[in-house]
Amino acid sequence: MSLESARQLQARFARGEVSAQEILAAAFERIDAADDRVGAFLTVMRQPAEARAQELDRRRAAGEDCGVLAGVPVAIKDNLCTQEARTTCASRMLADFTPPYDATVVRRLAEAGAVIVGKTNLDEFAMGSSTENSALGRTCNPWDLERVPGGSSGGSAAAVAAGMVPIALGSDTGGSIRQPAALCGVVGLKPTYGAVSRYGLVAFASSLDQVGPLTRSVEDAARVLNVISGPDPQDATSLPQAPVIPDRLEGSVRSLRVGVIAQLDTDGVDPETRAAVRQAADWFASHGASVERISLPAIDHGIAAYYLIATAEASANLARYDGVRYGWRADRPDLLGMYRQTRDQGFGPEVKRRIMLGTYALSAGYYEACYQKGQLVRSRLRQDFQAAFERFDVLLSPTSPQTAFALGEKVDDPLAMYLADVATVAANLVGIPAISLPCGFDSRGLPIGLQLQGPALSEARLLEAALAFEQAHDLAGRVPPVIAGQARA
Amino acid sequence: MSTTSTYEAVIGLEVHAELLTATKIFCSCAARFGSEPNTDVCPVCAGFPGTLPVLNGKVVEFAIMTGLALHCDIAPRCKFDRKNYFYPDLPKGYQISQYDQPIATKGFLEVRVADESTRVGIHRVHMEEDAGKLVHVGAAGLAGSDYSLVDLNRAGVPLLEIVSEPDIRSSEQARAYMAELRLLLVTLKVNDGRLEEGSLRCDANVSVRPAGQAQLGTRTEIKNLNSLRFLQKAIDFEIDRQVRVLSEGGVIVQETRLWSEERQVTYAMRSKEEASDYRYFPEPDLSPLVIDSSWIADIRAQMPELPAARRTRYVDLGLSPYDAGVLVDQMELASAFDAAAAVSAYPKAIATWLIKDVARLLNEGKLRLADLPFQPEQLARLVDMVERQEITVAAARKVLAAVVAEGKDPAALVAEMGLAAMADAGALRDVIERILDAHQAQVAEFKSGKTKVLGFLTGQVMRQTQGRAQPQQVASLLEAALARR
Repeated sequence: MSLESARQLQARFARGEVSAQEILAAAFERIDAADDRVGAFLTVMRQPAEARAQELDRRRAAGEDCGVLAGVPVAIKDNLCTQEARTTCASRMLADFTPPYDATVVRRLAEAGAVIVGKTNLDEFAMGSSTENSALGRTCNPWDLERVPGGSSGGSAAAVAAGMVPIALGSDTGGSIRQPAALCGVVGLKPTYGAVSRYGLVAFASSLDQVGPLTRSVEDAARVLNVISGPDPQDATSLPQAPVIPDRLEGSVRSLRVGVIAQLDTDGVDPETRAAVRQAADWFASHGASVERISLPAIDHGIAAYYLIATAEASANLARYDGVRYGWRADRPDLLGMYRQTRDQGFGPEVKRRIMLGTYALSAGYYEACYQKGQLVRSRLRQDFQAAFERFDVLLSPTSPQTAFALGEKVDDPLAMYLADVATVAANLVGIPAISLPCGFDSRGLPIGLQLQGPALSEARLLEAALAFEQAHDLAGRVPPVIAGQARA
Repeated sequence: MSTTSTYEAVIGLEVHAELLTATKIFCSCAARFGSEPNTDVCPVCAGFPGTLPVLNGKVVEFAIMTGLALHCDIAPRCKFDRKNYFYPDLPKGYQISQYDQPIATKGFLEVRVADESTRVGIHRVHMEEDAGKLVHVGAAGLAGSDYSLVDLNRAGVPLLEIVSEPDIRSSEQARAYMAELRLLLVTLKVNDGRLEEGSLRCDANVSVRPAGQAQLGTRTEIKNLNSLRFLQKAIDFEIDRQVRVLSEGGVIVQETRLWSEERQVTYAMRSKEEASDYRYFPEPDLSPLVIDSSWIADIRAQMPELPAARRTRYVDLGLSPYDAGVLVDQMELASAFDAAAAVSAYPKAIATWLIKDVARLLNEGKLRLADLPFQPEQLARLVDMVERQEITVAAARKVLAAVVAEGKDPAALVAEMGLAAMADAGALRDVIERILDAHQAQVAEFKSGKTKVLGFLTGQVMRQTQGRAQPQQVASLLEAALARR
């Protein structure tokens, strides 16, 4: 049951073949069996999940329609607010913080019948690309426990890859859904900015953050997106209309115009990854799509612009953690001392680094050279992508320049870590949807991710193309050693 | 101060007005005064992780209305910005405000001092959220207190910041500007005008320069001006202080000063430890605000009559500019005037009665018109009776007191109190003859040339007629009767 899709589980639940409590018990069994090695979860919500499953079973028995995700176990990245469990952002600052409200996406999942089983690990406040910046636990890649799961939604990606849950929610500010999805061999979708409400997502960089699904299948990603997207009166940046995804996708790439991003097909990309992505491009060409290279020069400045804008916004977004109202408070008799100690003790080194960078980028005398320059690059990127989308329906590239790297390999080299986002930050800066899906394995047996990006609100077309690719490549045949090992035991 | 005349003061005012919206600017909490601490608070205005602001449309409407009333240009597109600083009453660690694109700019307000009118420029009007409040326990301020409590009821209450150009030249003008602005905001029903309670706050930027010099002097900012009187006194003090410093060869330090009503001085606030850099940047949680001209037109159409227009209308009705000003400055008298004048042929007389007699009755009883059963139409009927000489002024005053206190119909009161004027000359003549008969000695005195005694006799007649006789008629009939003796 552990590798069944959300669609399958919901269908069997709806037909009465399996109860929500049985599905849930299986999920907990997998979590209990594997999570001491994987470390995907920061909090397992056993009691509320069981109550929820019981309620669903009762409602189904009464003949009620329980929703398109009824009975499906879901993991939630721990920067999405849940009333029934602490929401830590993997930070000491919020280690004991339970929000007084549910995020809109959490509410929508519950309304669709999903059963939230727990909160997953992440880089502190979603700042990182390996989940190693978590102050509360270590997450390992289910394909190789000595390697990182990617980040910042590393816990969600690992939970899905290890078969603990069929679907999880993550958040993506510069690649935080797609890069861990790639490194863990699952599907990760970052929707159009504004397609999904950010209300209840603890902000990192407000103009870039977006919530999205991590799943084992493209169809599940489509279903989750349909549930969580749509306008929200509590988020002024949510779009008036949601991307329209048909419930049944055809999986077609016929007459699709595919652009291969030249700047992401270079020596900077690991050779095996580069080869796998080229093969994917060839597959598109041989299945009715037109494939051409396209140069997007502004991409080379994407990382720099991203780290100016994201840190600037973060420096303001994280000012509220001052020890006054909630979260960690240092015991000091004076106000300034309390502020300083609280923030010194509550935040980890990467968070502090980004707050300082962002504060600098906004300071008098540097604003023009930093923040404004970042915005300038951002508008150049927008123009470049807009022009590209006049010629192409989707832009193809690797999701990550390399497969999962070893735990500890980059922790002392923040710049090398930042470059892990080179292929992903543009979608956030431009606000467009992007999906990562498995496109092969390297010689170490580590998954390789393929990224497809499209114009705003083109999620349906991205999902169609991804589904076609998925159906043609039986990549689900291989299961991570964590699961295989479990099978042997 | 003698040297003051060789210096010119340059003053600009920065006003913060809490808007009278039902809810806060970015959430649905009630925006009100006087609730129990931290009861009008939700995750949004308390700055909880993951919450987002949603702009209250009423705030924009009030801002546009105020901008229009101040003759400003309304920006077709503007945005919000984050102003970053740490303070325990600021839940998010930044205030959502408007920095380089305020909603309204380039307006003016006409201000009168004595009979001289001045146009004070409005530099800008922008929207922002208020912060919460700190309650310091054990001391008057943060310094020396044992601990401080945070009350977030006020956090997120909408504010308009209205910044004047430095066009003001005296404390009288500053006071008149503030009074006129307050009247305007209260008329628009966007603010309650209570300087004392802090729902309307005013800071003054004051500098002086040698008369004739174009360049501005170094300014100081004065805070804690919570009444019109304090505002005027503080500015006077500050002008004198700056002139004294400069005349003695000193320099003015740019600083924030507070007015102490107790000591009647301004004094420098403890300077902040470091220069503040608010690191403004565009608020990413709110889309730019687009205001189309039809929205502006709708708001303009529903705006009430503004004070300046009302004064003009009253003068056109025949009131003196002074009376028009007094009425408009006291909105409830102006409303009563409008209601009474609408049903009377004597608006000028109604204004006089309101300003003199009604206002005196209200002051004596420390009353508000709204607290009384009195209807303005009753005043109109009373004034009409006086003007048509159906009752005397003295009688009308007696009736008015009863009308104001009891709300009874004036005509009924006149009848009840027997105060109808003695229009019948025959009856009055009889009264006079009787009084002259009874006061033979005084008549003899009059005849001998001691005309002073006339006053005594007139008083006797008035007393006998209980004020119902018209004084002019009494005088002429009395004179005639005496002549016949």
